[in-house]
Amino acid sequence: MVLFFRRIYAMILRHVYLFMCSWPRVLELIYWPFLNMVLWAYMSKFLSEYSNIFLMASGVLIACVIMWDTLFRGQLGVTLSFIEELWSRNLGNIAVSPLKPIELVLSLIVASFLRTLVGVGGAGIAAYFLFDFHLPLFGIGFILFFINLLIMGWALGLAICALLIRFGLSAETFAWAALFFIQPLCGVFYPVSVLPEWLQPFSLIIPATYIFEGMRLAFFDGVFGIDLLLKACLINIIYIFVGVSLLLFSYSHAKRNGLLLGNGE
Amino acid sequence: MKVTQNINLSSNIDVSVKNVYKNFGDIKAVFDISFSVEKSKTLGLLGSNGAGKTTTIMMLMGILKATSGEIKILDQDVYKYRNKIAKEINFSSPFVELPHRLTVLQNLNVFGHLYGVKSLADKIHKLSMDLDILDLLKRRVGKLSAGQKTRVSLAKSLINDPKILFLDEPTASLDPDHADWIRTYLEQYQDRTGATFILASHNMPEVERLCHNVIMMGRGKVIESGTPKNLISRYKSTDLEEVFLQLARNDKV
Repeated sequence: MVLFFRRIYAMILRHVYLFMCSWPRVLELIYWPFLNMVLWAYMSKFLSEYSNIFLMASGVLIACVIMWDTLFRGQLGVTLSFIEELWSRNLGNIAVSPLKPIELVLSLIVASFLRTLVGVGGAGIAAYFLFDFHLPLFGIGFILFFINLLIMGWALGLAICALLIRFGLSAETFAWAALFFIQPLCGVFYPVSVLPEWLQPFSLIIPATYIFEGMRLAFFDGVFGIDLLLKACLINIIYIFVGVSLLLFSYSHAKRNGLLLGNGE
Repeated sequence: MKVTQNINLSSNIDVSVKNVYKNFGDIKAVFDISFSVEKSKTLGLLGSNGAGKTTTIMMLMGILKATSGEIKILDQDVYKYRNKIAKEINFSSPFVELPHRLTVLQNLNVFGHLYGVKSLADKIHKLSMDLDILDLLKRRVGKLSAGQKTRVSLAKSLINDPKILFLDEPTASLDPDHADWIRTYLEQYQDRTGATFILASHNMPEVERLCHNVIMMGRGKVIESGTPKNLISRYKSTDLEEVFLQLARNDKV
């Protein structure tokens, strides 16, 4: 058991070292979430001068963007941590080592959590000091919203890692683009009800939809949507199960087909 | 019920391969190969590009599944006991690199933890002394010369005191002086620790010097095997390179 944790620790250490050696990577972590937050904060300020809705729920756009970044950075954290091994042609060394595939999965998740904490946490703190931004005080409820977004990001990130193992770096585009494909569907900045009716059922199978709806409910009506949280949790259980399974399956496929030593472009 | 089985250290055979096949779709990459490697010996895998050497090494390390056949490492099935075996083997190849942005010390730390090495700091210090990389510990791997990278890669591959070490062209792209240094180090390491080496190389003088036994592969099959001396005399040649060329020109390897 000690070795199990030590191997995961080794993989986390690898990413911590990488960030210690590369300040541009640290800046990149903080830069985009911060920039996004500032942009939407000023947009929110502008809109609140003309719209009662934004005046009533000041900060809703900042919350939207911070929560979206939690989801995006969660996914990107998993995928980029894995892509680093492909970029550095190190996957062969890792495959030969005693690290088990499930330990690789756990290490990617922890690495993603730390990346997201630095990136989005930084933007959240900046929003607090620069724009007097506060999340509605629902105690642990809102933390669970964030955790659900992270889990969905991890699930998607692991699925993309499965593609990277299968197709090498030619699948890298998915790391950056996949989540933006579902962004219009999960109602980050608007309620799902504005979507065409035929599109709305697709929204309902995305856990983030319920989280963003729940967030708006909290801001506009001051109500914590526990039912929305539960729905997100239930779908997320399926998502994370599928994400982990896809990566393990892809790893096993790579073992049958010799993709672990020569993975690259 | 969880099956546990200790690694058998009493057997004299460290690697046993029986009737192993590996197909990639219609392509027969490895075709019915069988061989064994005794403890503390070095086996050389020779053959032209695409002969099946790397495929064989990958199967021996348990990171590529054979289509059929049996591979035993340290007397255990390599796929069934892969996690246990992984702690006892290691691998060095100039074609699989260590993260360039990390320093040498950081890389050795990471792999030391991955392999569960005890007294890691002492181990890294000793390896650094042995391999003359003490001055490189704080330098990034990406900034090292080819010779320095090879020594660092070797340090990584010895971090867990492997019982079996897989070496894929360990002296590729090194100048004669550095290559000789590495070969001498490997000889001394084997004498000192009794480790078993599996070496894939195109460098025939290197194979003659390091290998106790040689397997020549061609089109996924074992087409010749024996000690380097034995093969040289059998083919009435002056060295192993001539043997290889004879086989290659007969379109066998």
